Amino acid sequence: MKQSKKTPIALIVLLLAASLIVPNVGGEQLEVQIATRTDLFPIPNIILPSQGFATVMLALMLAMTALSVYLTFVRNKKTPLIAVIAFSFGLIMAVLAWLFSGATMTFTTLLAGSLALAVPLIFGSLSGALSERVGIINIAIEGQLLAGAFTSALVASVTDSVLLGILAAMIAGALVASILAVFSIKYLVDQIITGVVINVLIIGLTSFLFSTLLADNISLLNQPPRFERISIPLLGQIPVIGPVLFNQTLIVYLMYLAVAGVFLALFKTRWGLRLRSVGEYPKASDTVGINVFRTRYMSVMIGGALAGLGGSFFTLGQVGAFGKEMTNGAGYIALAALIFGRWNPVYAAMAALLFGFALNLQYALQIVGSPLPSEFLLMLPYVLTVVAVAGLVGKVKGPAAAGKPYVKS
Amino acid sequence: MRLELKGITKKFGDFTANDQIDLVAESGEIHCLLGENGAGKSTLMNVLYGLYQADGGEVILDGKPTKFAGPGEAMKAGIGMVHQHFMLIPVFTVAENVILGHEPTKPLGFLDVEKARELVREISSRFGFDIDPDAVVGDLPVGVQQRVEIIKALISDAQVLIFDEPTAVLTPQETDELMEIMRQLKDEGKAIVFITHKLREVKEVADKITVIRLGKVVGQAKPSDTTEQLASMMVGREVDLSVNKDPANLGEASFQVQNLTAFSPSGNKVLDDVSFEVQRGEIFVIAGVQGNGQTELAESILGIQDKVSGSIKLEGKELLGKSVKKVLDSGVGFVPEDRTEDGLVADFTIAENLMLDRSDRPPFAKGIQLQLKNLHEFAGQKLKSFDIRARSIFSKANQLSGGNQQKVVLARELSRDLKLLIASQPTRGLDVGSIEFVHEQIVAARDSGIPVVIIATELDEATQLGDRVAVMYKGKIVGVVSPDTQREELGKLMAGISA
Ligand SMILES: Nc1ncnc2c1ncn2[C@@H]1O[C@H](COP(=O)(O)OP(=O)(O)OP(=O)(O)O)[C@@H](O)[C@H]1O
Ligand SMILES: [Mg+2]
Repeated sequence: MKQSKKTPIALIVLLLAASLIVPNVGGEQLEVQIATRTDLFPIPNIILPSQGFATVMLALMLAMTALSVYLTFVRNKKTPLIAVIAFSFGLIMAVLAWLFSGATMTFTTLLAGSLALAVPLIFGSLSGALSERVGIINIAIEGQLLAGAFTSALVASVTDSVLLGILAAMIAGALVASILAVFSIKYLVDQIITGVVINVLIIGLTSFLFSTLLADNISLLNQPPRFERISIPLLGQIPVIGPVLFNQTLIVYLMYLAVAGVFLALFKTRWGLRLRSVGEYPKASDTVGINVFRTRYMSVMIGGALAGLGGSFFTLGQVGAFGKEMTNGAGYIALAALIFGRWNPVYAAMAALLFGFALNLQYALQIVGSPLPSEFLLMLPYVLTVVAVAGLVGKVKGPAAAGKPYVKS
Repeated sequence: MRLELKGITKKFGDFTANDQIDLVAESGEIHCLLGENGAGKSTLMNVLYGLYQADGGEVILDGKPTKFAGPGEAMKAGIGMVHQHFMLIPVFTVAENVILGHEPTKPLGFLDVEKARELVREISSRFGFDIDPDAVVGDLPVGVQQRVEIIKALISDAQVLIFDEPTAVLTPQETDELMEIMRQLKDEGKAIVFITHKLREVKEVADKITVIRLGKVVGQAKPSDTTEQLASMMVGREVDLSVNKDPANLGEASFQVQNLTAFSPSGNKVLDDVSFEVQRGEIFVIAGVQGNGQTELAESILGIQDKVSGSIKLEGKELLGKSVKKVLDSGVGFVPEDRTEDGLVADFTIAENLMLDRSDRPPFAKGIQLQLKNLHEFAGQKLKSFDIRARSIFSKANQLSGGNQQKVVLARELSRDLKLLIASQPTRGLDVGSIEFVHEQIVAARDSGIPVVIIATELDEATQLGDRVAVMYKGKIVGVVSPDTQREELGKLMAGISA
């Protein structure tokens, strides 16, 4: 069998793009600020010659591309993941050098913001993982996020409680998931179509309620309390790591728990073993006495609850109010992260972080005033998604029974 | 324990697969169920196991009428089943597959992986299997997967055990071992229902024999009946159990394999400098215990084996390094060893499966348009000539009985213009009547003047069908002999003891 040529080709294309950028890196130097106010000890800013730094990164990318070409075409071997990661690092650094040259790049804040922005993506991809691992394709993540965002804003505003808000968001997410579950498990409707229809439905429903209900009673119905930043003592003061990981809001800490929890549950428990068996070969699960239908309903709905929780980030975390269609395609990016992460919650979370970084970069650049038009920057996360899924993921196989309804004779 | 099936009727739509069937399985007894492909044996067992719901009749356990809403309840009642089609999850390990449904756990529902491994090892050693609990099932040869199925059925300590054609994928040695295991289980007081098409096995272990045809019980037979008697009772006519063929009319050696060496993904040598030639008009049988490189040899020829070197020439053209499509297009007919995995698309109809790799050319396509009329005509013909028992050409492949699925693959591969035919265990899972037919077809292919390569694990099939018999052992061809070589001689070669 021949190795897939996708990886080296993707790398060559990206390398060419980067080599167009690097000569254009203007400005004398790039100032990188790592320290934040809460650090235990001060760290001076790093000053790099921007052109030189970009060139070094280009060289790194060139080396990785050459390695990949050599391995694929001469040795007929797979490109190791570490080479792809090194390449991506080089690419990101080169692009950063180009964009931030002459300005100060607040590196740590950039990372912390990326993590926060990745929150709904990560919760969304967990929903996808739970659903697809049990054999139900989940296009409805977008709808689940949006329902969570809307409900949490409404309930938190009325009750003035963040906790009740996220609880309501989880219920809303689970309800949306239950529509997906019933149509695909009971009525055997095509799962992709069901998912798309659900998204359209939820967008319509929330927009309608927003204009008829929330818009007129903003102070009562759409002014929820927001997540507060909670700094974890000591851990939060470690430079870089502290501000990025341990000086975040409640929902970020919940996200850590959720990623670890879903990973452990899927791969280390009886529950997860059964769930995955249903997603691979439901008939085999049936023959050992596992209730295929119940397993599917449960898993899809738990996933929906998690996505709903993630949706509350938009209203209670980021914006502070509900807005029409405010999830803005995050559900689809979460789906891409899931596939990029090969249906593994931990890898999917890492992929989502990458997308979160792209999102945040776009905000950061608008602030420093970048050489790129902002419309182009808005494309960034999506371009990254396409390149990542098409080029770098390679051949992946999802759960074998995903999308296939189970029918008993 | 005494299990009684009384008047079981099962319909699929308006088709009656089981019609008022009675059957009794008693503790300490092996009850053989015989019947043609599509007779309804698996259906009956699936009803008994709670996988299908019967349309009539009842299951009586120790005198009490029982109803199983699902396999879980059947398992709890002490029924275990080895399914004809593996109920294994390919991406799971052996241990995970074995414990699925009754997992040993630690607090909080965490899997006790060590205990799972222990269980696999314990049962393996009780029955003399050698299985790595951490191996991924999809990577294992079918013979080993079959053992995993058996371990799975035994783990829940069932009192009634159903074996649905377990020996179809086993080598003669493995079959003997399984017979031994069944006797051991019988002595432990279990009730056993055993389905097979191999009459030798029936005569060897059966205490009782029930024969069904077209969904109905046609009668009981005795283990002392002759093979011919059993065969004709099953099929409803006289069956010729030997292969009839004229002396080979040999042409030039148009298929040549030279110095073929291949490695497994983990780096083991699976083919070791294999060379042979097959002449036009010759059936060249490759015999040997499964797992000695036959699969890899067949896959190398087809072009799906990794890391191969050497040369494979058909009519002077090199096949090695070509894509599967190119290989098939150059006139290679291929019957894979795992028909459900590699031979058929389960969700496609019989008609679609019959054209599968030829959907882009006449007579099935004109430009980009499918010629459905031609296809349906063709499929109708094949259904008849291969005696595929299905309601129509629009039945889905996964609704066919095991043997009929095999016939669909054979019908497709044998009905093109071939320059070479390669078949791995072409009669696996077929009833005696169908075996007779398939053997005739293979001999006809040979007499049409093409080289034929058959991979066989059954000694009888190897010697009856072959014009020459090669024996493979540990990736090497250790001898090429004439088909009238003594059984013992062949057995020794297969065990790696060279003469
Ligand atoms: N799910 C299904 N839907 C429709 N028809 C079915 C289904 N399962 C089996 N059949 C039909 O019922 C008949 C009996 O099938 P069954 O699998 O019981 O045969 P079998 O005796 O086990 O044959 P074999 O020896 O080939 O395994 C066949 O004609 C088959 O096409
Ligand atoms: Mg059967």
